[in-house]
Amino acid sequence: MSLDTPKFSDLDALYDEENALVATLMYEDPALFDEEMEKIFKTTWVWVAHESEFPDKGSFKLSQVGQEPVIVVRDRKGKIHCMVNRCRHRAATVCEVKKGKTSSFQCPYHGWGYALDGSLRAVPYPEQYGDDFDKSQHGLLKLRTEAYNGMVFASFNEEIEPLEDFLGPQVRRYIDLFMKQGGGFPVKVLGEHQFAVPMNWKVQLENTTDAYHFPVVHKSFMQTLDGATEDMFDFLDKGVGYVEDLGNGHSVMTMIPELMDLDENLDAPIPDRFAELAQELRDEGYPEEQVKKIVRAVSGAGFNLNLFPNVSFSLAFFRVLTPIAVDRTDIRHIAIGMDGGPAAANQARLRLHEHFQGPMGFGSPDDAEVWERVQRGTRGGDSLPILVNRGLVDEEPGEAGPRGHISAETGMRAAYKMWKRMMSQ
Amino acid sequence: MTEMSKIDSRALLADVTEFIWAEGAMLDAKDYDAWLDLWTGDGLYILPIGEGEDYANQLNLCYDNAKMRRDRIGRFQRGFSISSAPPADTVRTLSRFRIEAAGGDLIEVSCAEHLIEDKFGRQRTWAGNAFYTLKVADDGFKLHRKIVRLLNSDGMLNSFSYLF
Repeated sequence: MSLDTPKFSDLDALYDEENALVATLMYEDPALFDEEMEKIFKTTWVWVAHESEFPDKGSFKLSQVGQEPVIVVRDRKGKIHCMVNRCRHRAATVCEVKKGKTSSFQCPYHGWGYALDGSLRAVPYPEQYGDDFDKSQHGLLKLRTEAYNGMVFASFNEEIEPLEDFLGPQVRRYIDLFMKQGGGFPVKVLGEHQFAVPMNWKVQLENTTDAYHFPVVHKSFMQTLDGATEDMFDFLDKGVGYVEDLGNGHSVMTMIPELMDLDENLDAPIPDRFAELAQELRDEGYPEEQVKKIVRAVSGAGFNLNLFPNVSFSLAFFRVLTPIAVDRTDIRHIAIGMDGGPAAANQARLRLHEHFQGPMGFGSPDDAEVWERVQRGTRGGDSLPILVNRGLVDEEPGEAGPRGHISAETGMRAAYKMWKRMMSQ
Repeated sequence: MTEMSKIDSRALLADVTEFIWAEGAMLDAKDYDAWLDLWTGDGLYILPIGEGEDYANQLNLCYDNAKMRRDRIGRFQRGFSISSAPPADTVRTLSRFRIEAAGGDLIEVSCAEHLIEDKFGRQRTWAGNAFYTLKVADDGFKLHRKIVRLLNSDGMLNSFSYLF
């Protein structure tokens, strides 16, 4: 390490806000990564689940907050809890089933039993702990847990502002718009693609708000689309849409203006690629109005909403990042559909998801390749900055924060601004 | 199987094994045009996630009909996909062949598949169970259905620039 390597106390050297330059060290330094886990992932709201993933009383799902394994569960009254997956006795995980239904969690080591709300209920042979052993002080470690429109977030920070305030009115509005792709039904998780990428988590944080890469990285995906759909994804050439900083590190990238509000433009003709689906729905007896609403919803929303630090609402799916190490990040692409909606519509959504997403999609592998190439590239030229200054030239005030060209790096600047704010605490 | 004599079934096992080995060699050699010709028109190539068998109504890693297979191969071949230009090199071993059922012109075969990929000087290992439905044709067999269940299909994977 050279003497002029930026120290963590020198946050301006790590992210130069005025010129929008990111230091190479930001992707490379294990000690900085550890500090990020403390100051960001243990401090803010982190997405852990969608409510449909554990729909019933006693349903649970394993998740992670930063590097810590957690259980997200609904108790007998339907209340949602999130707690660290670690027995209070000698630290064994109390659950290794990824998803399921239970009436309690029992540690496999010495049999300590916990209720669905994490409280300690049973200790075998308790006499050896003496009379003053207080079970109420030995429940599973709980996180603050709040949900907005089906999206469940948890935080280790007891003092944190309410989730709705952290999101803010603009983000909440976009979440509500995004969830309209239920097409009149509740949104339901249909499955997920998972892949690990040898990259720092911030490389991924940048990507979902990056329209600039789309025609380059995803050319081979575009080549498999029909003309009308290819035109729909041609937002960069058309220059429509924008990226806007929504505060607290969040941002939105609007790509397809006609799909911003799925309840609007319902009279527009059904695209050719959905003609077969529409006919199938008509044949099943759905009235024309509902057919149009469902078909429109199948194509997904026209924007990416990026929440700091770990979840994106991207067109038609959720993208979740989990930092594993300074140079490894786990990615989940969660497919969503219509709970109780027509099977044909959900099948169409599943096939669209498989087309682009996941280890064998026509899009994700190319994303994963360039993300890894960033991590490989930063091994060289450590004095060179990473540029996130694109679009500063004509950025204007938007409704919530700066708004830039569709290919501007405004969303990345929003995220790094928040990064700096949290790291300076 | 019951109507087949032992000698018939041994001959059939040798024939399907030869066919599946040849298919595996095509995939390692990335001889994809030849691979596409192995398929029936309504054949399905599926890599499921988890244990489910209702492939149409669940999320899979891939669920390819003839068009998706052609598009997938086109994407590999045209050179615009950075993850497949160049792709990882692969070597696979197919073994533990069993004829699960044979009737009419359809034969169901299962086998074990081990695959090692090499890219960026890094090797990764994958293992799965492969299930084939072969259709008897004039000049041998056609692939009618091929399902490969990776052992960790519902776990954290990496992206694939080749086929299993």
